[in-house]
Amino acid sequence: MLHLALFSLFGAICVAGAVNLLVQRHPINSALSLVVVMGSLAGEYLLLGAEFVAAIQVIVYAGAIMVLFIFVIMLLNAGVEEHTQGSRVALLIGVPGMVIGTVLVAWVLVAHSGTQEVALGALPGPPKTIGWLLFHDYLLPFEVTSVLVLIAIMGAVVLAAPARSVQQTKREG
Amino acid sequence: MIPLSYYLVLSGILFACGVTGFLIKRNIISIFMSIELMLNGVNLSFVAFAAEWKALSGQIFVFFVMVVAAAEAAVGLAIIISVFRTRETLNVDQVNLLKL
Repeated sequence: MLHLALFSLFGAICVAGAVNLLVQRHPINSALSLVVVMGSLAGEYLLLGAEFVAAIQVIVYAGAIMVLFIFVIMLLNAGVEEHTQGSRVALLIGVPGMVIGTVLVAWVLVAHSGTQEVALGALPGPPKTIGWLLFHDYLLPFEVTSVLVLIAIMGAVVLAAPARSVQQTKREG
Repeated sequence: MIPLSYYLVLSGILFACGVTGFLIKRNIISIFMSIELMLNGVNLSFVAFAAEWKALSGQIFVFFVMVVAAAEAAVGLAIIISVFRTRETLNVDQVNLLKL
C-alpha cells in the first residue's frame, strides 16, 4: 500500500512536470520542470530497487545535463517562443493524436498485459554487481562509449567555436 | 506491490509528452528538452523490465542511454549555439534553409 502511494505520488509529480514542460512558453520554465521530472523519476527508480540508477539519474541527468541546458538558455538569452500558423496546426492535430495514442497503449498494457507484480527492492542491484557487469560482461560497449564521448567533445568544441576563430585557423593552417 | 504495467503506462505517458512537445514546441531548446523527456521515459521502462525479470542488464543499458544522452546534449547544444550565431533566432520556423 505504501509502495503504491509512493508510486502514485512520484508518478503524479512526474506527469505534472512533463505537462508543465509542454504548457510553459519560456524555455527556462520548461527546463526547470524537466528537472522536476528527472528528480521524481529518481524516486521511481528507488522504488524499483535501482539505487545506482537513481543516483546517476540525479547526478548526471538532473545535475550535469540540465545545468548544460540552463547554461545555454541563459547564454543565448532565449525569450518566450512565438507561435505561427504551422505550430497551431501541430497543436490541433498533435495533442489529441498523442492523447488517443497514450490512452490506447495504457489500455492495452493494463487490460491485456497479464504480468507479475514488482515488489519493492525485489532486485538487489548494488553498485558492486553493476560495476562487475559493466567492466566484465559489457567491457567492449563501455570502451566504445568512451570513444563516442571523446568524439562528442571534439564535435562540440568545433561546432561551438566562434566562426572568426575557425577562419583564422584555416588561414593559419 | 506495484504491477509492471503501471510503470510502463507512466513511461508511455512521459514518452507521449515528449513526442507532443517535439511536435508543438517552436523553440529549438524546448524541442531538445522534449527529446530528453522521451529518453527518460524509455529509461523508466528499461528499469521496470530489469526489476521484472531480475536481470541487471537493463540497468546497464540505462547507463549507456545516459552516456549517449549526455553526448547528444553536448553536440546538440553546440549546434544550437552555432545556429543562433548565424541566424540570430531560436525559432525553428525561421530556420528553413540549409544554406545561409
